[in-house]
Amino acid sequence: MLRKGIALAALGLAILAAPAAQAAGGALPPKDVAFSFEGPFGKFDQAELQRGYKVYREVCSACHSMNLMYFRNLGQKGGPFYDPKYKNPNDNPYVKSIAKDYQIKDIDSETGDVIDRPGTSADKFPSPFPNEAAARASNGGAYPPDLSVMAKARHHGPQYIYSLLTGYKNPPAGLKVGTGQHYNPYMAGDVTAAWTGPHDKVPPGGFIAMAPPLAAGQVSFDDGTKSTIEQQSKDVAAFIAWASEPKMEERKAFGLAAMIYLFIFAGLLYASYRKIWKNVAH
Amino acid sequence: MSGHSNYEPKTGIERWLDTRLPVVRLAYDSMIDFPTPKNLNYWWTFGGILAVCLGIQLVTGIVLAMHYVPHVDHAFASVERIMRDVNYGWLIRYMHANGASMFFIAVYIHMFRGLYYGSYKAPREVLWILGCVIYLLMMATAFMGYVLPWGQMSFHGAVVITNLFGALPVVGEAITTWLWGGFAVDNPTLNRFFSLHFLLPFMIAGVVGLHIWALHVPGNNNPTGVNVKSKEDTVPFHPYYTVKDGFAIVVFLIMFATFVFYNPNALGHADNYIPGNPLVTPAHIVPEWYFLPFYAILRAVPDKLGGVLLMFGAIAVLFVLPWLDTSKVRSMRYRPTAKLYFFIFLLACLVLGYCGGQLPDDHVIPHLSTFKLLDADLNSFVWLSRIATLYYFAYFLVILPVLGLTETPLPLPESISEPVLSHPANAPAGAAASPEKRG
Repeated sequence: MLRKGIALAALGLAILAAPAAQAAGGALPPKDVAFSFEGPFGKFDQAELQRGYKVYREVCSACHSMNLMYFRNLGQKGGPFYDPKYKNPNDNPYVKSIAKDYQIKDIDSETGDVIDRPGTSADKFPSPFPNEAAARASNGGAYPPDLSVMAKARHHGPQYIYSLLTGYKNPPAGLKVGTGQHYNPYMAGDVTAAWTGPHDKVPPGGFIAMAPPLAAGQVSFDDGTKSTIEQQSKDVAAFIAWASEPKMEERKAFGLAAMIYLFIFAGLLYASYRKIWKNVAH
Repeated sequence: MSGHSNYEPKTGIERWLDTRLPVVRLAYDSMIDFPTPKNLNYWWTFGGILAVCLGIQLVTGIVLAMHYVPHVDHAFASVERIMRDVNYGWLIRYMHANGASMFFIAVYIHMFRGLYYGSYKAPREVLWILGCVIYLLMMATAFMGYVLPWGQMSFHGAVVITNLFGALPVVGEAITTWLWGGFAVDNPTLNRFFSLHFLLPFMIAGVVGLHIWALHVPGNNNPTGVNVKSKEDTVPFHPYYTVKDGFAIVVFLIMFATFVFYNPNALGHADNYIPGNPLVTPAHIVPEWYFLPFYAILRAVPDKLGGVLLMFGAIAVLFVLPWLDTSKVRSMRYRPTAKLYFFIFLLACLVLGYCGGQLPDDHVIPHLSTFKLLDADLNSFVWLSRIATLYYFAYFLVILPVLGLTETPLPLPESISEPVLSHPANAPAGAAASPEKRG
């Protein structure tokens, strides 16, 4: 009994210590915004993806590349412009017309000259800058990260993106913000070095080179949705979540079938097990 | 594989084959007729579960290798291409990535089961050592596999782990250069890791064959630890354990599928979706969860070489365990004192795993500074790791050797059947139950 008591006490201590170990300081936890694609049955909202793509295209894409995305992706199953009439997304006229608006660098196969030609659905999203040095030169030395898998590259990706975009705040008094820098409590980092206030009251978050990118009414939504900063942020976060995991809906649908199969199989095996072992004392 | 064979070829072709290459006899003796103790509990199903894990990793891995590009400029994008453009590529890749974690969950349960029930003791020492070899090969394979997507954690994890060999005196630098195939972790490193990551699983499969062979000579241990005495103690492997293992395997697969389909990235680190960049070091470099206890042991020692030696020592000590434990009683069911120390050992391993994921200097209990001992505050993860590390080694090097000589074990049952038959659930109707005894 005593032994059990000691073991239990030790276990209890370990459990108590666990939540206490959260690191102090750092960025604020992301805002708890609900998305349609959460949970085992969650799906992307196509209208939201269309709005989100528009925000990316009109605002983000000025600086941020999406190197893993092709225009055809926009028309594939589950994508913002999927149309069941066009099973092959390359045939989707809407996708084709979006691609055509871009000029893509290519080599003329006759002359070998570098040319610009209109994009096709098989082309990648073009990068805003020809290379990293050019991107840094245009952005005060900072390199805008590629957004293709951004929702997977941060903890609580979609919530993080939403929080970062809506979370810009005037720096608290006592915080020195360098030129070309902006204070954001949701940005990872440590502002202790720039803080002149009391040591135990270091503000959360970090500095980010990106100026607040969104403004109310900056993107006009074709479906009449009111274009607030929150709406734009949520929509673009959903779009990036889709771009990061374009097969999420297929995955969850497959998962449901797999689960039903596995549960039935487990039940049958358990019944067989009971039957086979019925007459064995064990 | 050993002992008397009850196989009787029934058809002409079986008779013909049996006198030339008795593979059907081998399969019959080891998977159908094999006498297995009838009292094995669900902790014994993890051997079968591990075989399934290895199979899944091999099949998914071979398909992934058809699409993966082992080059520093293309590896990251090729993995994403698998997830986006290859038919069911997302399924194959998520099964493989989560499969590694599932493999380790199963192997840890399998190992702790062996520790608890004394499955490493005579005559199963070689069986245990082969298991340790498999575990070592698994760790090497998993580490090299994690490098292949060439994300930030892949790259910097590879830098940290390969640099460990640099701590060895005299030959350290030459060994790291040789491992890297150059003067830094770069394309040659990725290429050889890919090659070895493809090779090692087949070596694991080979050692698994030996492991099963070594199992089938003395036969299974069992929860009582008492040897099989008569035919009454056993049942044939098929259908009794095929169906029990089968049920356990499917339950395990349900847990596996929950991760693959609904939370595929929960066990990984978000930073590994950032392409590897030698010029940007992540804020915290942490290995995958299954290496965290060893990472904690590594960091518990202030000296780099000492840490490396202790980390490898933590695995090396497992190899000699059969000769460290002096107790003749296998199962801890009958060793109440040892049982207590075992559960503290289990706790120490979990604590080490937890510490491995934290910053060494962070406080265990927040906002409480105690006093500085040597190089760190006593209320820090580095000190918690040190205490747990001390217990880890003390368990093998002091507790198990001494306990076997000093403790008084409970009386052992005469045979496997005895405690089974004396169980109240199996008592003949009308027999008076003794109220002072439970079970």
